[in-house]
Amino acid sequence: MKKIFQKTKNNHKIKPSIPLQDNENVVGYTFIAPWLIGFFIFTVYPILYSFYLSFTDYNILSSPKFIGLENYKEMFVSDPLYWKSVKATFYYVFTAVPLRLIFALIVALLLCRETKGIGIYRSALYIPSLIGGSVAVAVMWRRIFEAEGILNSTLALFGIESNIAWLGHPTYTIWTIIILGAWQFGSPMLIFLSGLKQIPNTYYESAVIDGAGWFKRFFHITLPLLTPIIFFNLVMQLISGFMIFTQGLIITGGGPLNTTLFYALYLYRNAFQFGKMGYGCAMAWVMLVVIGLFTLVLFKTSKYWVHYEAEEG
Amino acid sequence: MKEKIKFSNIIYHIIMILFCFLMLYPVLWMFFSSFKPNEDIFATAHKLIPDKWTIENYISGWKGFGGVSFDVFFKNSFLYSGIGTIGTVVSSVLVAYGFARVKFKGRDFWFTCMILTMMLPVQVVMIPQFIMFHKLDWVNSFKPLIVPTFTAGPFFVFLIMQFIRGIPIELDEAAKIDGCSKYGIFFRVILPLVTPAIVTTTIFSFYWKWDDFLGPLLYLSKPRLYTMSIALKVFNDSTTTTNWGGLLAMSTLSIIPALVIFFIFQDYLVEGIATTGIKG
Repeated sequence: MKKIFQKTKNNHKIKPSIPLQDNENVVGYTFIAPWLIGFFIFTVYPILYSFYLSFTDYNILSSPKFIGLENYKEMFVSDPLYWKSVKATFYYVFTAVPLRLIFALIVALLLCRETKGIGIYRSALYIPSLIGGSVAVAVMWRRIFEAEGILNSTLALFGIESNIAWLGHPTYTIWTIIILGAWQFGSPMLIFLSGLKQIPNTYYESAVIDGAGWFKRFFHITLPLLTPIIFFNLVMQLISGFMIFTQGLIITGGGPLNTTLFYALYLYRNAFQFGKMGYGCAMAWVMLVVIGLFTLVLFKTSKYWVHYEAEEG
Repeated sequence: MKEKIKFSNIIYHIIMILFCFLMLYPVLWMFFSSFKPNEDIFATAHKLIPDKWTIENYISGWKGFGGVSFDVFFKNSFLYSGIGTIGTVVSSVLVAYGFARVKFKGRDFWFTCMILTMMLPVQVVMIPQFIMFHKLDWVNSFKPLIVPTFTAGPFFVFLIMQFIRGIPIELDEAAKIDGCSKYGIFFRVILPLVTPAIVTTTIFSFYWKWDDFLGPLLYLSKPRLYTMSIALKVFNDSTTTTNWGGLLAMSTLSIIPALVIFFIFQDYLVEGIATTGIKG
């Protein structure tokens, strides 16, 4: 290969009439142009404009009025709903994300074996994740937890009389959405599964010879070797968890008593229903900073708990 | 010994089947309830299989609301998902090739920028984008939803790049010796070989657009422009006590395209999720 390469190089020197070498810079920017143009128009400019708007009072009909830090002050000091939305969102993220990941890992462990029908189970268990984010499922989810919904009438079959209005209860309601979140375990499950399959069987075989039981093997081989994948799943799920929106809007409408008024939902209402675009932008920027901080902390602490095989030799 | 293995295998399958059934129960309930007479749906909510089968819900639900029926909503969803997917696929393949196979100045910098945008919450750019499209007078048209898809999706670029990296560079070099330019290599060597990645991108992109709720919610406020997701939301809001059957029937119909595509292309999907960690 090298020889051929040198030959063509020489040829090129002797006969400059051979088709011109591509200018890699021109070619490269031509190919990435669609993304680059979009990046400036739909990402960079909006981010900067959003930052500016966060210091203004703006309702899209009249021009933005600069008000300094007023939006941020209102948010942190005088808007009780803001803090309710922060609380609801953190509550959701810190319950639904761990539940979803633990669930995904358990199911992946169940699926990690060679028998007939495993493909069918895998597909079936991915379906909730496939459709779980849709409006159709959110609409159906309401029907499950309504006072006369599936849950209560199924409980009645087992002799448990329950008249609890799951969607009208300040403590239980958010859990209907958390369960929906945990139910969509399909994607992290598949990622865990591909990670599990990459762990060499010899590790387990030698552990068995050394007399390690199931628990020892899980905590000393499986879990450490999966940490890069756990880390990846955690970052991705955390980010999408903070953005929970559709379910809050359709299943509960933010209620009861604003216990499911998620951050993204409250932001949407401020910007597009109350005409407070500047306030919405300020909320969005705080969200960006918080998500950024969480991601940063995860990355910084990852060296203490994420094992990369290369390091271990 | 053999007997024992067989026995544990049977237990395993029983557990898995029960577990799958439990996990899919809500979906099955929705499907079967959509064939129950409207007044039976909640009265017999504890039963999965209808006592009396009827397609009445599909007929009444299809009529829609506000004088617009569900064929319009379906058409809109297909329009948005279809054209949007074409835009995403075409632009993402181009960008992926640029990043994966061309060594240009600033490549690493732009690539980092692209990866960072994957973590950007949509809420930060949503409001200025809305203002921008409002000023262009694009609100209440599909343009704000479709035009941005032609600027490539970072997730898909990443997915296709991973795939291109698996193609031996010797193929590029051989083509180059034969007088192919970088453009020629793209069209004659890379493009035919990345078909599996293109299929995966197409499917995911279609799903995401089919399920997209926030975009249509912001930009489409006229009933004749509604996509399925918005139509179901409005149907749900307006059906305070009346047509549950119709609502469940239309909800069932709305998830059928996703399920059909999934069962046809599931190997591509599983592969795509496993290699990039894309969410479904």
